[in-house]
Amino acid sequence: MISYPKILQTDLGGSLLLGILMIAGLLVPLLNLTVNDTHLLHVSTYTMALLGKYLCYALLAIAVDLVWGYLGILSLGHGAFFTLGGYAMGMYLMRQIGTRGVYGHPLLPDFMVFLNWPELPWFWNGFNWFWFAMLMVIVVPGLLAYVFGWFAFRSRVTGVYLSIMTQALTYALMLAFFRNEMGFGGNNGLTDFKDILGFSLQSDETRAGLFVASVIALAGGYVSSRWVMNSRLGKLCTAIRDEEDRARFIGYRVEDAKLWVFTFSAVLAGIAGALYVPQVGIINPTEFAPLASIEIVIWVAVGGRATLYGAVIGAMIINYAKSYLTAALPDVWLFGLGALFILVTLFLPHGVAGLFRQGSFAFWWKKKETLTVVAERANL
Amino acid sequence: MNTLENIRSFWPRDQVFDFLIPDMPPDLDLTHGVILYLEGISVSFGGFKAVDDLNLYIQNGELRCIIGPNGAGKTTIMDIITGKTSPDTGSAWFGQRINLLKMNEPEIARSGIGRKFQKPTVFENHTVHDNLELAMVGNKQVWSTLTAKLNSVQQGNIEAVLETIGLKEKITARAGSLSHGQKQWLEIGMLLMQNPKLLLVDEPVAGMTQQETERTAELLTDLAGTRSVVVVEHDMEFVRSIAQEVTVLHQGRVLAEGRMDEVQNNQEVIEVYLGEENAPH
Repeated sequence: MISYPKILQTDLGGSLLLGILMIAGLLVPLLNLTVNDTHLLHVSTYTMALLGKYLCYALLAIAVDLVWGYLGILSLGHGAFFTLGGYAMGMYLMRQIGTRGVYGHPLLPDFMVFLNWPELPWFWNGFNWFWFAMLMVIVVPGLLAYVFGWFAFRSRVTGVYLSIMTQALTYALMLAFFRNEMGFGGNNGLTDFKDILGFSLQSDETRAGLFVASVIALAGGYVSSRWVMNSRLGKLCTAIRDEEDRARFIGYRVEDAKLWVFTFSAVLAGIAGALYVPQVGIINPTEFAPLASIEIVIWVAVGGRATLYGAVIGAMIINYAKSYLTAALPDVWLFGLGALFILVTLFLPHGVAGLFRQGSFAFWWKKKETLTVVAERANL
Repeated sequence: MNTLENIRSFWPRDQVFDFLIPDMPPDLDLTHGVILYLEGISVSFGGFKAVDDLNLYIQNGELRCIIGPNGAGKTTIMDIITGKTSPDTGSAWFGQRINLLKMNEPEIARSGIGRKFQKPTVFENHTVHDNLELAMVGNKQVWSTLTAKLNSVQQGNIEAVLETIGLKEKITARAGSLSHGQKQWLEIGMLLMQNPKLLLVDEPVAGMTQQETERTAELLTDLAGTRSVVVVEHDMEFVRSIAQEVTVLHQGRVLAEGRMDEVQNNQEVIEVYLGEENAPH
C-alpha cells in the first residue's frame, strides 16, 4: 500500500482539492470527448475551456496567497507576472502561425507586417521553439520579480508603500505594452493562434490536453506551495509576516526569504498565464490593468488567506459568479463584487475556507491531526 | 615575464578579492575578558542627543543592569549594539575582533548577541516548539531553511531550553495563547536557542506578577556566568535582587557605575533617579 503523503496528512482542504482535481482532470475531458453532443452528461468544449481558465486563475490566486497570506506582502501587481507568462506563450503561438496569417508572411506576425516592419525584433528570436518559450515563461516573470524584490526588500519597503509600488509596476507595463513600438502587438495584443506543438487549437483533443495540463499545473503548484509552507522556511514566512523585527534579530536575513518566496510566487503566476493564453485565445495589455490584479486579491480574501486551498475556492467562486453575472446582469456585477468583498471582510474574516475549518465536520480530522502529532513525537 | 608580473600585481597570490572572502564574522575573541566595548558612542536624532560620548565595557560572564530615567538612552544603546541604529561617532566591538558597526542585524544576531525586546515579541501564530525551532542556531540562509529537518540533538536542545524557561507543558500551545509572563520567558528561550554569548534583555519584568518576577530573576542569574547578560530595567526592586554591577545612565551618558550599594549612595544618582524612584507613589 502506498502511504499517504506526509504533507497532506494534516491538510484536509488540500486533500479534498487534489481529489476533486484528479476526478475533474479525468472526467471532464472524458465527458467532452467520448459522450455524444446531445447526451445529458456531455461537457461542451466551451465549458471545458471556461473551467480551464478558472484553473489558471486558481493557480494565480495561490501565487498571491503565498506572498499575501503567508508573507504579508499585499501585492497589487501579480497580474503583471501572469501576463508576462501569457505573452511568452503568446509569442510562441504567434510564431507557430507561419504563413497561415492574413498576410501570409513566413516569418513576421500579422501586426508587424501591418506596421511595415522589415524584420523580426531581436527579442522575438527563439520563440519558435517551444522549450525556449517555456523557459521564458519561467525566467521573465521570475527575473522581474527578483529584480523588483531585490530593490524593494533591501530598502525595507513594506506595507502600503510596497503595494503601491507593485501597482505602479503593473501599470507601467500596461502602458508600455499598449505602445505599438514595443513589438508586442499594441492594444490588440497577440491573437489568432492556430496550433500548439503541431496540434490545432480548434480541436477538442487539444482543448482537453490543455485542460489536463492546467489541472496538473494547479495540483503541482498547490503541492509545491504546500511543501514550501510546511518547511521551516514556511514557518519563517508567517514569522516575518507577524513580527518582522523578531525574525531579523534571531538571525534571519528577512529580505532574502521575502525575495525568494516572491520570486517563486511570480513564477507560479507566469505558468498560470502561459496556460491561460491558449485556452482563451488572446493576450493583450488589459491583463496588466491594476484592476485585474486587485481582483486577484479579492479572490484570495473571499476564499480565505494563508490556506492555499482557500485561494482556489475563492478564484473558482468569484470567476464563476463573474461569468454568470456579466452575462445575466452585466450592470450588477461590479456592485456584486464590491458587496461580496465587504460582506466577506465583515462576516468571514477567514474567508470561505474559515467556515470549513471552524465547521463541525472538521472535528474528526482535528482529532486525527492531534493523534498524528502525538505519534510523531513518540517516534522521536 | 612582464605580463605575468602585471597579472600578479592585479591578482596577488597571497590575497583574494574581497568578494571571495566568506561573509562570516571572525571568531569571538575574549582573551582580555571583555565581551563588549562601546567607546565614544554618540547618536543624535534631529538635534536631540540620545547618547552622548558613552563608554561602556561588559565583562565576559557578567550580569550587568543598566538603569536610568526615561530618555536616558538605554534602548538606543541596545539598538546600536544590535545594529538597528548606527552611531554618529564611536566604536562598538564584540570581543577583540568583531566590529559591530560593520554588520547588519542578522549578522550580529548570528555572531552571538541575542536581544529581547521591551514588549514581548514572539511569533504568536506558531507553537512554542516552532518558536524555539525558528530561533535555533544554525545555517539561516533561505535554501537551508527550506530543507531544514530537526534532528534528535536539536530536539533535545529545544527540550532543554523549555526546561530552563519552565514551559515544558506548553510545547504544543500556540504562543499567542500564553500569558504575558510566559511570552517573556519564551522570548528569552528563543534567545537561548541561538546560543548567544551576550544577552541583551530590555525590561524583562514589565507587567509581571510578583511570582513571575522572582522566577525571571532566578532565570537571569542562572544564565549569567556562562553568558554575559545585560538587563535594562525600571523596576528597582528587581534590579536590587539580581544586580552585581549597575550602570546608571542619564541624558545619554554614564552617570555612575559600580556595585548596587555604592551606586545607591551616590549623591548624583540619588538626585536624578533613585530619589524619584524611592519617593512614595
